[in-house]
Amino acid sequence: MSEHKTLVEVQHLQQYFPAGGVGKNRKYVQAVDDVSFAIRKGETLGLVGESGCGKTTTGRTLLRLYEPTGGKIYYDGNLLFDKDNKIAVDMLPYRRRMQIVFQDPYASLDPRMTIGDIVGEGIDIHHLAENEKDRHDKIIALLERVGLNSEHANRYCHEFSGGQRQRVGIARALAVNPEFIVCDEPVSALDVSIQAQVVNMFEDLQQEMGLTYLFIAHDLSVVKHISNRIGVMYLGKMVELADSYELITHSIHPYTRSLISAIPVADPITARQSKRIVLQGDVPSPLNPPSGCRFRTRCPYADEQCANEVPEFKEVSTGHWAACHHLDRVK
Amino acid sequence: MSEKILDIKEERLSFFTPAGEVKALNGVSFTMNQGDVLGVVGESGSGKSVTAYSVMGLTAYPGKLVGGKVWFNGHEIENMKEKDFRKIRGNEVSIIFQDPMTSLNPVYTIGNQIVEVIRLHTDKNKADAWARAKELLELVGINEPEKRLKQYPHELSGGMRQRVMIAIALACEPKLLIADEPTTALDVTIQAQILELMQDLRKKLGMSIIMITHDLGVVASMCEKIAVMYAGHIVEYGTTDEIFYQPGHEYTKGLINSIPKLNTAEHERLVPIEGTPVDLLNPPAGCPFAPRCKNCMKICLSKMPPRTELSDTHYTYCWLQQKAAFEKGEKAE
Repeated sequence: MSEHKTLVEVQHLQQYFPAGGVGKNRKYVQAVDDVSFAIRKGETLGLVGESGCGKTTTGRTLLRLYEPTGGKIYYDGNLLFDKDNKIAVDMLPYRRRMQIVFQDPYASLDPRMTIGDIVGEGIDIHHLAENEKDRHDKIIALLERVGLNSEHANRYCHEFSGGQRQRVGIARALAVNPEFIVCDEPVSALDVSIQAQVVNMFEDLQQEMGLTYLFIAHDLSVVKHISNRIGVMYLGKMVELADSYELITHSIHPYTRSLISAIPVADPITARQSKRIVLQGDVPSPLNPPSGCRFRTRCPYADEQCANEVPEFKEVSTGHWAACHHLDRVK
Repeated sequence: MSEKILDIKEERLSFFTPAGEVKALNGVSFTMNQGDVLGVVGESGSGKSVTAYSVMGLTAYPGKLVGGKVWFNGHEIENMKEKDFRKIRGNEVSIIFQDPMTSLNPVYTIGNQIVEVIRLHTDKNKADAWARAKELLELVGINEPEKRLKQYPHELSGGMRQRVMIAIALACEPKLLIADEPTTALDVTIQAQILELMQDLRKKLGMSIIMITHDLGVVASMCEKIAVMYAGHIVEYGTTDEIFYQPGHEYTKGLINSIPKLNTAEHERLVPIEGTPVDLLNPPAGCPFAPRCKNCMKICLSKMPPRTELSDTHYTYCWLQQKAAFEKGEKAE
């Protein structure tokens, strides 16, 4: 990361999903609201948060798998989407450069296609193989790269375990030789020992192929391990963004702090000594989020200002961003 | 020494499927005393849930106990019939399932489901049962219990539903509570709430808990003793400190090394356990972990290792430990 070239950038990204109601009474799920961040070339940006906080939607909207309802998306200096000026470019050439690995290795592979065809589909769409033999060789090379065998190409995905399926999903993403991969909870469905294998593979691939990742997960320890920087989301908003070690050790947002303290540490002595900050209540519904700061209903520091004003997401120290009115009071 | 509540000896349990006999448990032994909190860890398919379910007789067809003895609070489980199980389920042992979304009945109110349990197991009349249900909801930290009793499961969040499940499980003050991955489906901040609640309740009610989980973090803070399971064997058993700081079995060491650490500045590479979990249809002849073990020896592939006592409370089944113990013994002589 000697060069700090930005590869992906989103500004004021907004994604509302319609949820019932007609005309004026139309309701919207505010899945992602006013989220801005940039991902540098070659780095891994982690995205954490609880279920329903909009992290997956952010990843998918970024790839325009969902059409955003607001904001701008840039990729490698090119504008892909701008709601205000009604710009929406054709994504096909960019699909080759931006890929995604999905969360559920059971649901994201077509059960009626062989592994070879699943991996080869991207090669066909983008005409990346010169002839049938070249296509076959490419598929075998990809399967071997992710730790599968050449004979697996003719099998169907029900014959594989979760870890192996996730490898197929990764091979599919790599097939078009992308620069940027959105990893949407790629290890959450796997057992611990298999999880470590897949995480290591992501790291190796990044080094070899110079990949840039947006790594989405709810498990902060995995995200901390793989990411250079981490963004924390709560109810559709980015609340804190910093270098991963900085975020774990010197978090400043009350939500991040409670999130970190809630993680069960696999070390009995530390676990006995540390005090959990147990948040009261549940995450409010994104259909009707609280006014002002969205975290205020569960925040121990909340006051009137939090109810009236939306806190600005600003740079507190170099590279450390947070959105909170009471940063000076949070200890 | 407190009273013994559970004693499992050499339990063997198989599922007879069309594909063949799946040996889910291959000689599992452990004991628990009143008030103990035991963590059972292992990967999916290692037999951790089956062990606990067998105490309640929940391993129905095609599952069958093919050997060993299970003694629970004066009952010999291996000789019990379905009718007898009904008497102990809920009364003496109860269970919290992993997924609170699917384990509550969507067409009955929360109150109905709690009262059903109370009326089935005690001779309380309707009014008393509803009062008790309200009391239980208060106990598990649900606010406005009167209102919640009349609500349906879909009106509650995941964390709330898991609290209701706990309330149902505690309705008859069981001696043993089995918690099968009680927080796996929940978010971290909600998980923290539920774990806190379970610890409080244990102090208040003094029951024993079997905590089944794959998350080593959860057992580190909750449990006093840990059993590590792999392929239907308890490969290591000891106090929490012994398991985390002096692990004896290669699998336990592998598990501990494969979790990413949160509080380290420098980037350490994870040490995964290579290979895939065993196929229980064709388990290997020797130590079940041998095919994935880095320090596998010749004997590991052909013979199941015997039990090695590492301390009064800590034992493991590994040839490496057996060898180390033997060499130590030689030196002493």
